[in-house]
Amino acid sequence: MQSEVVLSVRNFRKKYGSVTAVDDLNFEVRRGEIYGLLGPNGAGKTSTLETLEGLRKPDGGSLNILGVDPTRQPQKLRNLIGVQLQSSGLPPMMTVEEAMQFFCAYHGVPARMDLIDRLGLIAKRRVQFSQLSTGLQRRLTLALAMAHRPQVLFLDEPTAGLDVPSRIELHELMAEIRAGGTTILLATHDMSEAEKMADRVAILLRGRIAAEGAPAQLTAAGSGLTKISVMSESNCLHASATAFPAVSQRLVKDEYAVFYSSHPGQTVPAILAYLEACGDALIDLRVERPSLEERFLEITQAN
Amino acid sequence: MTAFFHHLAYDFRTGLRDKTQMLMFYLFPLFFYAMMGLLMGKVNPGFLATMIPAMIVFAGMSSTLLALPGPVVSARENGVYRSFRINGVPAMNIVLIPMLGTILHMAVCAAIITLTAAPLFGAARPLPGRELAGVGVFLATSFCLAALGMLIGVISPNTRATVLYGQALYLPSIMLSGMMIPLDMLPKGLIPAALLFPGTHSMEAFRGAVMGLPTMVSPLLALLALLASGAIALGLAIYLFDWDSRPTGKPRAKALAALALLPFVVLAAGNWLSM
Repeated sequence: MQSEVVLSVRNFRKKYGSVTAVDDLNFEVRRGEIYGLLGPNGAGKTSTLETLEGLRKPDGGSLNILGVDPTRQPQKLRNLIGVQLQSSGLPPMMTVEEAMQFFCAYHGVPARMDLIDRLGLIAKRRVQFSQLSTGLQRRLTLALAMAHRPQVLFLDEPTAGLDVPSRIELHELMAEIRAGGTTILLATHDMSEAEKMADRVAILLRGRIAAEGAPAQLTAAGSGLTKISVMSESNCLHASATAFPAVSQRLVKDEYAVFYSSHPGQTVPAILAYLEACGDALIDLRVERPSLEERFLEITQAN
Repeated sequence: MTAFFHHLAYDFRTGLRDKTQMLMFYLFPLFFYAMMGLLMGKVNPGFLATMIPAMIVFAGMSSTLLALPGPVVSARENGVYRSFRINGVPAMNIVLIPMLGTILHMAVCAAIITLTAAPLFGAARPLPGRELAGVGVFLATSFCLAALGMLIGVISPNTRATVLYGQALYLPSIMLSGMMIPLDMLPKGLIPAALLFPGTHSMEAFRGAVMGLPTMVSPLLALLALLASGAIALGLAIYLFDWDSRPTGKPRAKALAALALLPFVVLAAGNWLSM
């Protein structure tokens, strides 16, 4: 059984003067899922997010979050949603503790110092926002977005500029938030992040959805070519003109012979047999399904 | 109410943390006050008769016209107001709280000047029984100047523009408003020009209602002009306020903002016609 729809966008249009940023956009997000909005710059992600957050007015269509129209009932929306903006959005001299007290006071809830602790900021509670590292600033803005226990969380490029350990930590936290029943709308440029975290994604191009579905569904719907990379001791594959079954494209890159195959089950045994026949020894063999990033490029280039 | 007071307390603390604000709220006006007390009192003993109001108005103008608008522009440019909006901070609070915070700093500075000017430099004190009138004139002055400072922040496209607009009111006021040179010593033709500035009306109100000195404008009219200008500036600041990174989406914002000086223009015109 599908869970309840908590956010819906119907025939949404947004224009800036004569430029149409979003054109007849439709999608739904269900309770407890992470929904990724992907797209190149200018695709309409930010316009969509900002209108859903009540920061901009739509030029057409309807938006609904838990029964609330963000344009007509912005005050009602404030306690239902949490927003982590891409830019800092905090006064530079506000300390971690002050920020939590300040925003919780406006939401009418007690300050959530437990969240500050949970996100590893307790030792920095008297440090000003501008003196925190990028990673700690992101953690704080996430803590503030979650402080009033919102049902829907908007995350705009949450891991941009973070180092690898901080990214991993933030991903774990997002998974934890989702497990707690919070719905997350995630706008990101990072395809691996979307592939790892999102239950469903929409790829936006010129203000319209070019593709939508689970990341695995989207990648499966692409060209379907599997990348097979082979490294051997004598590199006998590099100069070989042998035609391997189901291979549509081949090239040599970084000591690897690379084959794109529509049936890897036929191609791999043929390559291994060829290596044995020419007395070469296998060093490394990699078989990779197309990633969401490759599928994204395929879609954007096709459009 | 709790949120309002949290916000106000934070704003007040920022005035002490931020070196630029600290400089304009306290260090610069108090240093200038000390210099004026040491030098001007000897050069021009007549200055001591209005030293307390002159230094209070000077400190108020530094706090409001020079220190207040910059952080408003920076907060808008850095997305702080967008974040506030998403979290339910009303626009009214964003406009009112920095004004109130600045008025509190002005009050501290004014108290230091009022309590020390007579014992340190021999400045004249307010007439006995006029202390409450002094508080009233101070409040009207600080309200008017803070509202004008906020309006400058709201309409300025960048921090450079805040300096230009702030200085356009600040510098002529220093010369013409009666802080350094009494109004009646100015060339006659300059008096209507002097009456275009809020500082002049503050000085006139302080002189007449608090220090018991002769004035060129009725202290009551000067007080009313300050309150009216403050009310127009506050209304316009709320109307023209924009959450976004651009200064204001409203058309003709700068022309509208000039309306805040209308009460002073009326009194200046009245003075010019009666010449």
